[in-house]
Amino acid sequence: MTAIDWKRAGKYFLLLDMLKGFQLGMKYFLAPKATVNYPHEKGPLSPRFRGEHALRRYPNGEERCIACKLCEAICPAQAIVIDAEPRADGSRRTTRYDIDMTKCIYCGFCQEACPVDAIVEGPNFEFTAENREQLFYNKEKLLENGERWEAEIARSIELDAPYR
Amino acid sequence: MADFLQSNLGILVLVVAQILLFVTILFVSLAFLMYADRKVWAAVQMRKGPNVVGAFGLLQSFADFLKYIAKEIVVPAGADRAVFLLAPMISFVLAVIAWAVIPFGDGWAIADLNVAILYVFAMSSLEVYGVIMGGWASNSKYPFLGSLRSAAQMISYEVSIGLIIIGVVISTGSLNFTDIVRAQDGSFGFFNWYWLPHLPMVFLFFISALAETNRPPFDLPEAESELVAGYQVEYSSTPFLLYMMGELVAIVLMCALVTLLFFGGWLSPIPGLPDGVLWMVLKMCFFFFIFAMVKAIVPRYRYDQLMRIGWKVFLPMSLGWVVLISFLAKFEVLGGFWARWAIGG
Repeated sequence: MTAIDWKRAGKYFLLLDMLKGFQLGMKYFLAPKATVNYPHEKGPLSPRFRGEHALRRYPNGEERCIACKLCEAICPAQAIVIDAEPRADGSRRTTRYDIDMTKCIYCGFCQEACPVDAIVEGPNFEFTAENREQLFYNKEKLLENGERWEAEIARSIELDAPYR
Repeated sequence: MADFLQSNLGILVLVVAQILLFVTILFVSLAFLMYADRKVWAAVQMRKGPNVVGAFGLLQSFADFLKYIAKEIVVPAGADRAVFLLAPMISFVLAVIAWAVIPFGDGWAIADLNVAILYVFAMSSLEVYGVIMGGWASNSKYPFLGSLRSAAQMISYEVSIGLIIIGVVISTGSLNFTDIVRAQDGSFGFFNWYWLPHLPMVFLFFISALAETNRPPFDLPEAESELVAGYQVEYSSTPFLLYMMGELVAIVLMCALVTLLFFGGWLSPIPGLPDGVLWMVLKMCFFFFIFAMVKAIVPRYRYDQLMRIGWKVFLPMSLGWVVLISFLAKFEVLGGFWARWAIGG
């Protein structure tokens, strides 16, 4: 016959574990809540956050992208397609800049590769669409994003600059 | 008017009116109890819980109610249609009709039966049929396993609940709830109640009540990690709602039983203050809070652990207590501390 572990048996019958659990439960019951009321409140975003893509312009309105195609080359998901032609004034610019957002894995390599900070991943993560077609972004859409999020993007790049 | 209320028809009308009034109050409070349950659960997990529908999310249960009844009732192809739809109704109706004998104040019961405890006990025992029928009629494996577990569990714990109640009945000498509460009245308020003479049994009763109502940590019939949702897997829409409500009504009933049997029902805990329905409701709310807290803090038992506790710990303890209490009451130990006979010894 095995010996009775009286200490353990006492704990068991006095429901000490339950009391301890209850105490702990009450502690968290009264603790401040961690919930973020999402659509109304949002959590903080890092300057390195990789959200929806945008094509930026220089302050004088000229588009930054010089069609070097480094982003297209590095993209591991092959989500970027670029066509380029010399423009009338002789500068090299894209005629087509498509990102398939359904392929994109948001790795941020395009942003890393870009020598002129043209393609960036902005802070926007709320860009749901009703069908796939709306997620095939073209140059027009990307430039529009750039205009919309320029302030936030510029600030993020500035904040992150010392670490690069 | 007085004549009419004395006639058979008048009494019938009166009773139906009482029932309607009570059921309305019960269901409305049920909605808020469900909400309170979720809030407590959320608070322990440092969440906010429902807070969108209505002020502070107070109307969440009503939104859920509408959602449930607006959905389609899916009856599985292989199911026994009649039994499948009857099972949740049985579960629900049995949970609700047990309330008929629960007094909320002195004489505030729809039916002041002198075998009230037997009646409540019979009704809560029958509840297992709702679960078994649901599990069987679904013609599916998980529900069937869930219902088998539930049957074994409910029957096991009913035994110890019955024995614990017998202890209280021996002390009182009556099966009537009103008599049991009156027997707990005295000049010491809180310390006159049965929780003191029946101390270990209060905890046993509470834990058995958790098992009896399939609440965590004993919610094995619906253990989602192993049985998906147990006997409710195939249920949707209103039948599912009936199961949920039946379960909740049974839980609140258990809160009422703990209050009546061990915590002096509507009696005030402080000798000077007046007794009343408010005390009963407050006590029930308190026990519901404990129920909700238990759900939040304990992990689920394994099936063999559940059975072991039921048969090897609770049954011997409650059985031994019945024997002990009979001697203590018969020989009126400590000046009749355990003997407060309502109808002679």
